[in-house]
Amino acid sequence: MYDVVIIGAGITGGFIARELSRYGLNVIILEKDNDIANGTTKANSAIVHAGYDAKPHSMKAKLNVEGNKMFDYICEELDVPFKRIGSHVIAFSNEEMVIINELYEKGIINKVPGLRIIDKVELLQKEPNINENVLGALYAPTAGIVGPWELAIALMENAMENGVELMLNSEVINIDKLESGYKVYTKDNEIKTRYIVNCAGVHADEIHNMVAAPKFTITPRRGQYFLLDKKAGNIVNTVVFQCPTKISKGVVVLPTVHGNLLVGPDAEDIEDKRNTETSDERLNYVKSASMRTSNKIPFNKVITSFAGSRASSDTGDFIIKEAEDAKGFIDVAGIESPGLSASPAIGKYVVELIKEIHGNLKENSKFNSTRKRIIHFMELSEEEKHEIIKRDPRYGRIICRCENITEGEIVDAIHRNAGARTVDGVKRRVRPGSGRCQGGFCQPRVIEILARELNKDITEIVKDGLNSNIAIGKTK
Amino acid sequence: MLSYDIVVIGGGPAGLAAAIEAKKNGVNNILVIERDRELGGILQQCIHNGFGLHIFKEELTGPEYAERFIKELCEMGIEFKLDTMVLDITKDKIVTAINTVDGLINIQAKAIILAMGCRERTRGALSIAGTRPVGIYNAGLAQRLINMEGYMVGKKVIILGSGDIGLIMARRLVLEGAEVIGVLARGSYAAGLGRNVVQCLEDYNIPLMLRHNIVKINGKDRVESVVVVKTDENKNPIPGTEEIYECDTVLLSVGLIPENELSANLGIRLDRNTGGPIVNESMETNTEGIFACGNVLHVHDVVDYVTQESQRAGRAAARYVKNEFVTNSEYIKTKPGNGVKYIVPQIVQIDNLKGPIEFFMRVRDVYNDSRIIVKLDDIKIRELKRQHMIPSEMERLVIDSRLLKEGSIMTVEICSGGEL
Repeated sequence: MYDVVIIGAGITGGFIARELSRYGLNVIILEKDNDIANGTTKANSAIVHAGYDAKPHSMKAKLNVEGNKMFDYICEELDVPFKRIGSHVIAFSNEEMVIINELYEKGIINKVPGLRIIDKVELLQKEPNINENVLGALYAPTAGIVGPWELAIALMENAMENGVELMLNSEVINIDKLESGYKVYTKDNEIKTRYIVNCAGVHADEIHNMVAAPKFTITPRRGQYFLLDKKAGNIVNTVVFQCPTKISKGVVVLPTVHGNLLVGPDAEDIEDKRNTETSDERLNYVKSASMRTSNKIPFNKVITSFAGSRASSDTGDFIIKEAEDAKGFIDVAGIESPGLSASPAIGKYVVELIKEIHGNLKENSKFNSTRKRIIHFMELSEEEKHEIIKRDPRYGRIICRCENITEGEIVDAIHRNAGARTVDGVKRRVRPGSGRCQGGFCQPRVIEILARELNKDITEIVKDGLNSNIAIGKTK
Repeated sequence: MLSYDIVVIGGGPAGLAAAIEAKKNGVNNILVIERDRELGGILQQCIHNGFGLHIFKEELTGPEYAERFIKELCEMGIEFKLDTMVLDITKDKIVTAINTVDGLINIQAKAIILAMGCRERTRGALSIAGTRPVGIYNAGLAQRLINMEGYMVGKKVIILGSGDIGLIMARRLVLEGAEVIGVLARGSYAAGLGRNVVQCLEDYNIPLMLRHNIVKINGKDRVESVVVVKTDENKNPIPGTEEIYECDTVLLSVGLIPENELSANLGIRLDRNTGGPIVNESMETNTEGIFACGNVLHVHDVVDYVTQESQRAGRAAARYVKNEFVTNSEYIKTKPGNGVKYIVPQIVQIDNLKGPIEFFMRVRDVYNDSRIIVKLDDIKIRELKRQHMIPSEMERLVIDSRLLKEGSIMTVEICSGGEL
């Protein structure tokens, strides 16, 4: 019997798991995919929002501002890339300046620190590549950028280090209410638990409806992006938003923590929750919309384009509470933007909810709050490079030519808690294949290393999902 | 710090030929650095024949062609390091590299020859819409998996782009038992060599679908189908022509890009048209003593020309090391005129010329019964008739250096019509 089953190993599931691992609880996290951080966490804008955008007094506003403040120390504890680079919402007309004023007012109510409305001159000094016809901007110094899946992976590593179990390829297909607690069914397992935390992203309504009366629906809101080469990473220095519309914060131009340039997303409500395909029409829209921000974005340096989906609820706010008709079943649903920014605060909040239901929790005396990231060889000094190659020659072999990733880093990524099992999993943890050649050189080597380290045949190695084998058999 | 007279970055056909030629020209202290596990570069995965027709007058496979140079390199006692990656090159010609044996090494060179080759354009660069399942391979990646690792990549294949690797892989996949639905070219001619269209597609009844493009890829775990459209004269999709083709694999052969990250980092000026460094008649870049040759300089279609060009770089590097090199001489710039995409070299130092000088160039379009006209400062100095020229086949232009003695800009242009 588990104390808590968490459904969904994305960023919120990760934060909740890690927060719960501070206590003496039996916690298991069930993930339907073949890797963690593979849903909404995998494809989003990677922004830690300042918090002026959310409706005052909403869950979104409260948890965003609270979550934002927690990023520095959490990313330090978990050794995850995070940069507080600030953001600008830019206006090109007097009507947009009015919206900017409204955002400023909201931000003040939401207690966002340091907000300022700045004029064109100051803006263009900080962001010289923004189009000249800009009038002014709302500047938020506390906004930042983070590696979303790096953070989710770090959280899971740390949670597992502190005792949380992870079960991949375990889609929840049914839940039975027991006299006290629940029985959760996956294709291969039945798991008994006292409490359930539902962090199933775009599927959270389906999971909710397995145990309780329907209360909300989740509409997947798809967004499409371009990722550009590091050569384009300095087009902007901060997160640059356009004025928001009713359904979206608009197309954003921002650097990533790795120095690439990210452009997107659009917003489109769709029906199929698993649909993250891109379309020419929408990508073209993203391109032309972003040109309104800066006509200097070099779209000939696009490395890849992709789509993500936000889990948008019909309540308009985060839904984080125990279901009325299902005791011990906690929904963490509708975690659309600013979900990533709020996620550290969501983790804390959910633990408080469990404390309310359960009574006080016993501390986990062995809880270790820190985690070290995989050594990034290229960031080492010359001395350290010498040392590490001497200790482990695999750090002397570059596998990924674009990002200069060594075999040592890849092997480490495979053998950690929640380690990489797939080519995409290796890519998300240490980046081979995320450069300009997109795996053209390194993929065969990565496959080989995965097969060797996991003791598998080359033909068993998959790109991502269980049936995405890269080599289908031997040649004649 | 290690020290060599010449350090060659890359042990493919360009690097091998340059190193051998430098040694033949009297430089003994040479190091070739190769990032892969063996010398020979991409030739090792090109197990088809057709290499060496110009140089050896016989048809060799890629590994056979490479083997001749590897053997010569070894017999001459030229040093090389395998599995070694160059991380940085400075203007002072210090090369930083790493491998598992030496760790991090710094090497002072007197001259450096850049021969890093090229990489493939990817789906990302094309922004093809749809899902991101397994089954989308660059043709060269598939070639490595099949020919070197021994693994098949799919059963029912569509190939986007008609570059040479795509054409060759179409045949290769058929030989391995796959069905190849067709090779798509956005324009009205194949991007690869004419002989490959005949020998790899026509001989195997693989359709070449000119003026077609893939606009969407479908499939969850693996590719399930693609949406193909017809394209207009400007290579844009014609609405309403969408057709769905079921397949489990998409191969991309949509162009090669010279790998100049190291060069660009050290401030070497690149030519927008070639993607490679701007070089002079000696294959020297704008950084003194750093030379470039092979696909890092411009993408070649025939390896024999890579070899010849690299020999020129090797000879020049040797002369540079021996202080026989003429610098700061009067020079002429070459300029691609009407119908010409690029010309290499881009700069000619007149005092370094002896005898005829050879230029490599590509035309922009298909030309029949046309003339190549060479002008020096608007005065015609040479005119050559050509029956047939296409962008995919590099043209060579040999000019007597005496014709270039006085002038500042040499323009090459194409005129339609064979009449003089």
